[in-house]
Amino acid sequence: MENNVAIQLIGVNKWYGEFHVLRDVNLNVERGERIVICGPSGSGKSTMIRCINRLEEHQQGQIIVDNVELTNDLKNIDQIRREVGMVFQHFNLFPHLTVLENCCLAPMWVRKVPRKEAERVAMEYLEKVKIPHQAKKYPGQLSGGQQQRVAIARSLCMNPRIMLFDEPTSALDPEMIKEVLDTMIELAESGMTMLCVTHEMGFAKTVADRVIFMDGGQVIEMNTPDEFFNHPQHERTQLFLSQILAH
Amino acid sequence: MANATPQAAPSKPSLWNDPQKRGILIQVLVLAAIFAFFGFIFYNTLSNYAQRGISTGFGFLNNTAGFGISQTLIPYQESDNYWQVFKVGLLNTLLVAGLGIVTATILGFIVGVARLSKNWLLSTSAAVYIETFRNIPVLLQIVFLYALLLKILPSAKESYSFAEAVFVNKRGFYVPEPIPQAGFDWTIWAFVLAVALVIVLRWIARKVQEKTGQQWPMFWIGVALIIGAPLVTYFMTGRPLEWSLPVLKGFNFQGGIRVIPELVVLWIALSVYTAAFIAEIVRSGIQSVSHGQTEAANALGLRHNQTLKLVVIPQAMRVIIPQLTSQYLNLTKNTSLATAIAYPDLVAVFAGTTLNQSGQAIEIIFMTMMFYLSVSLLISLFMNWYNNKMALVER
Ligand SMILES: Nc1ncnc2c1ncn2[C@@H]1O[C@H](COP(=O)(O)OP(=O)(O)O)[C@@H](O)[C@H]1O
Ligand SMILES: [Mg+2]
Repeated sequence: MENNVAIQLIGVNKWYGEFHVLRDVNLNVERGERIVICGPSGSGKSTMIRCINRLEEHQQGQIIVDNVELTNDLKNIDQIRREVGMVFQHFNLFPHLTVLENCCLAPMWVRKVPRKEAERVAMEYLEKVKIPHQAKKYPGQLSGGQQQRVAIARSLCMNPRIMLFDEPTSALDPEMIKEVLDTMIELAESGMTMLCVTHEMGFAKTVADRVIFMDGGQVIEMNTPDEFFNHPQHERTQLFLSQILAH
Repeated sequence: MANATPQAAPSKPSLWNDPQKRGILIQVLVLAAIFAFFGFIFYNTLSNYAQRGISTGFGFLNNTAGFGISQTLIPYQESDNYWQVFKVGLLNTLLVAGLGIVTATILGFIVGVARLSKNWLLSTSAAVYIETFRNIPVLLQIVFLYALLLKILPSAKESYSFAEAVFVNKRGFYVPEPIPQAGFDWTIWAFVLAVALVIVLRWIARKVQEKTGQQWPMFWIGVALIIGAPLVTYFMTGRPLEWSLPVLKGFNFQGGIRVIPELVVLWIALSVYTAAFIAEIVRSGIQSVSHGQTEAANALGLRHNQTLKLVVIPQAMRVIIPQLTSQYLNLTKNTSLATAIAYPDLVAVFAGTTLNQSGQAIEIIFMTMMFYLSVSLLISLFMNWYNNKMALVER
């Protein structure tokens, strides 16, 4: 049953009470593909990627991740969450645990990895994100950029096949954005399947295979970065791009 | 450097303009004023004592008390001295404080979690409970509950009886008293050993998890051992425990343990009142852990229970414990409201009856205050220690 599709969204609809937040969303993501999602605030970008690891529940349509369909079955949800890592806008590191403990928690309790092994792997990833010497510190002692890199390392420690990013740089001071983007570019080059909500257009141009534009809960446009930035098809995309590239 | 010109020495500020010296001077003056004030009161009291022919000092503690006390945890009779009264009252205070702290904590956690429930009825009931009991003065609750209880409880002759083992009437709650027989020691030892074993096993389980990643269901192992081991021993040694049942003899009950209604009322009222505060503390503690923490844990694949145990509760407890200790402190101090319903706590029997009889106001109030102060300081010490241990490390 192995095929090349990592994520499949088929006719997904979601409502918050009366509010129709996702309207008939269809999306196919292949293994190793890197997708950037952009769109105005409130257009449903976060909601869509949060449906992929079931932080939000969709009400209609199918979501298939790594050949497992997301249903109410806790087993499927557990399995998918183990394969899908997520990085949040506000890092969400556990403040009562050291950087190293943050990284070891899930491997030890979910994957049942011995501590020594978990720590070894964690140090490897902390080295990849270039903060191994902060391992014994607490998140509160790190800068925003460092915290976000720890959050990326923490996700990677679970050895996921897919990574979701929800505006990973928008809570950061400008001088820290680059260090996080560099980490993400490295990750992209290693062949990870990535879905990334971001307004960093430079990042989109460098690494994305496809760029998606969402508005009003719909996927309005989906294209290669070249086409997307140089020949946007829809009026709304053009408007959005002119606003975002204006400054 | 050789030809560095010597700097002109800064002119010395006067005593009053040097902030450091001025600070010390003010402190000395304030301290002197305080000493003078208390010295005056002390001198005044001594001369009053002398006028009324009362001797000073703690010698009165050897005098015979001559009054009875309705509940004594240690042997006591009217011919005992005031020192014994002090100990009886102190233990009675600690008893109701201890009982209250345990039940208020359990009730408070249940109500606090219920307050956060998604079930509308449950969370609303919890909210009503909290707002009601928090906002009525506890003295009123105690007096009301006491009056209510005395109204509905029957006389001894018409006692409510439960399975002919528990009897309830105006004079108190009579429950069977366990009387250990020869060989019951084994059961106690089994319990102690089980607790020790669980502690060791927990340690081993952690080592095993660190080495192999295997997890043992330590909670259930612990419960099984701590309950199972004493129980099995108890039955194997031929159930060496007898029960003395309360029996109505004439107008009164004999045998069993009598729990006076004042204790029950004070216990319930203080628990219910303090639990309302604890519930709020628990609610705010849990809510202080942002939703993002739960989401991050879920996204990493941690199950609901693991998220609670590893992420939410450790963070919530940092907020809850310090406030909890101050509630314990409040409850302990509130036990002095016992006087209102004549529960024989320290304030009632010592700072009340004993003071009236002996007139040694200064000594008695001093001893009573020292007791409450010691308890408060112990609780504060614990709080500081805990805070230092658990404080989140920030920049
Ligand atoms: N838990 C929620 N309850 C109700 N409405 C929500 C909730 N979360 C998001 N929304 C609404 O759904 C819309 C899409 O939100 P979101 O997916 O966060 O947008 P984006 O990430 O594109 O800014 C917004 O209008 C937002 O107000
Ligand atoms: Mg968003």
